[in-house]
Amino acid sequence: MDVNNNNKGLEKLPTHVPGFDWIAKGGFPKHRSTLLSGTAGSSKTVFATQFLVEGIRNNKETGLFVTFEESPDEIRKNMISFGWDIKQFEADGMWVFIDASPQPETEVVEAGAYDMGGLLARIEHAVKKVGATRVSFDSLGAFFSQFSDRATVRREIFRITHALRKMNVTSIITAERIDEKGSIARFDVEEFVADNVVILRNSLEDERRRRTIEILKFRGTDHYKGEFPFTIIPGEGIIIIPLSAIELKQKSSVVRITSGCTELDNMCAGGFYRDSIILVSGATGNGKTLMVTHFIAGGAADNERCLIFAFEESREQLFRNAIGWGVDYEKMENEGRLMVVCEYPETASLEDHLIKMKKTIDAYKPNRIAVDSLSALERVSTIRSFREFVISITSFIKHKEIAGFFTSTTPTLLGGTSITETHISTITDTIILLRYVEIFGETRRGITVLKMRGSTHDKEIREFQIDGTGMHIGKPFRNVVGILSGNPVQISSAEVYRTDELFKDR
Amino acid sequence: MNNYLLKLYITGKTPKSERAIANLQNICTHELQSQYEMVVIDILERPQLAEDEKILATPTLIKVLPLPIRRVIGDLSDTDKVLVGLDLQPCMRKKDEGGDA
Repeated sequence: MDVNNNNKGLEKLPTHVPGFDWIAKGGFPKHRSTLLSGTAGSSKTVFATQFLVEGIRNNKETGLFVTFEESPDEIRKNMISFGWDIKQFEADGMWVFIDASPQPETEVVEAGAYDMGGLLARIEHAVKKVGATRVSFDSLGAFFSQFSDRATVRREIFRITHALRKMNVTSIITAERIDEKGSIARFDVEEFVADNVVILRNSLEDERRRRTIEILKFRGTDHYKGEFPFTIIPGEGIIIIPLSAIELKQKSSVVRITSGCTELDNMCAGGFYRDSIILVSGATGNGKTLMVTHFIAGGAADNERCLIFAFEESREQLFRNAIGWGVDYEKMENEGRLMVVCEYPETASLEDHLIKMKKTIDAYKPNRIAVDSLSALERVSTIRSFREFVISITSFIKHKEIAGFFTSTTPTLLGGTSITETHISTITDTIILLRYVEIFGETRRGITVLKMRGSTHDKEIREFQIDGTGMHIGKPFRNVVGILSGNPVQISSAEVYRTDELFKDR
Repeated sequence: MNNYLLKLYITGKTPKSERAIANLQNICTHELQSQYEMVVIDILERPQLAEDEKILATPTLIKVLPLPIRRVIGDLSDTDKVLVGLDLQPCMRKKDEGGDA
């Protein structure tokens, strides 16, 4: 879809803030003002700064920053952690400040009617001086608090935005919200700068902070609706994660790759598809990490590049366990066919994990990826963030034609499903269940291929054993029912025979 | 003997600017007699001066001397407030400003 063609007349200015141009279907409406509203700590200033920085970096557009709150020096200092060297931009003539922050040393007395002609003249002067095409105002609340005559300030904001439009400037005006619900911004400013409204949220859900951005309206032009999560990364700034950006456009491969276990390949009619997402679900200690090991070893044996994201075990544990099954991760790593990333899920928010994982994938360019386990990530987030994460990461790797192998831990030993499965099952191409089967007071292990998109597969629940060389899949459980429901019941062989007879074609 | 240095920043010849100039002139002749110097600066002609002084609202009156520096904004129609802003209490008799001018 071409962004510029479907709204004639109203051009958009690409912000180059990662992800934003996608949800804005091209960027901010050009030569207009956009109100950026949010509660305290919703990173309005960061966005306002990044808007100028990205313009300078990507398009050599000069920016003007009008600050009503922090002094320019504070902003320069605060933003350096994002890698934005404002001082250098200023030296290069790409950035200019208008300092409209309160001057605590001088008292101001109001004696009669006034307007903001001084500010407007300074803005016009600065825009002309450096040829600014992007302007950020931060923030309206601090502007209002400097003057007692709110009606005048409101009228003057309208006058300033009007003047900016005439100067062909695209601007962001930040404003405070008192809470996440209720009016768009304090001081009823939205009545004056109402054409375009973007809301930043920083809400607490289940004891976790969740940042989102929503385009409330763009007058006369289109945008995606709803909230999109974003994260702030040191050295980079705001990154919006456009989940719905995922289009079901991926190609389908017919190439089969090995699961690393011959018997399992047989159950899957010759192996997984090249670009498929595989989910392995099972109770704790049921052999999921072993299957990951097989999957990786199989890939490495075919000279593929493999990447493991481990969220449960440390590197040492993983390597030791693999050796126990006859797989030498260290050797594979030295040969450049394996990369292991071990991280404790709690170290970052899910959004940060997502960005980090995508970066690692982009840098390493693997052929197959294993995530062990998804359930570990589930505990650091809300259900909603988790669902978004799963959709985002799976579609990301699918687009790159990478085989993804995910594990999920079921909460109960026998049978059962996990939240992970509920959220991921529709996105996965292949689901493999590992289950404990209790027979004659003994636990045995069962494996079954529940679904495999676009391929026939073995429908039986087979028994498997684990030894020093890994996993060995054997015969199906013939005389047990109720394995999947977690309630295995022995039936006599006579009954099995009778059932078989019943369905026999005559 | 110019004890007072007053700078008035305006934006063009608007009615508000004219009013501010007239009001200030009036106050000065009454309260300061001839001990003042008044400079009117049109920001539209010299925007850099507004930048230097960080002017937002216009008209803005800055009392540069004597110290401390004070700012009064508006068309100066509220005489009492202007006097407060200039550290000249309206009901007080004028003190002889012997500051470090």
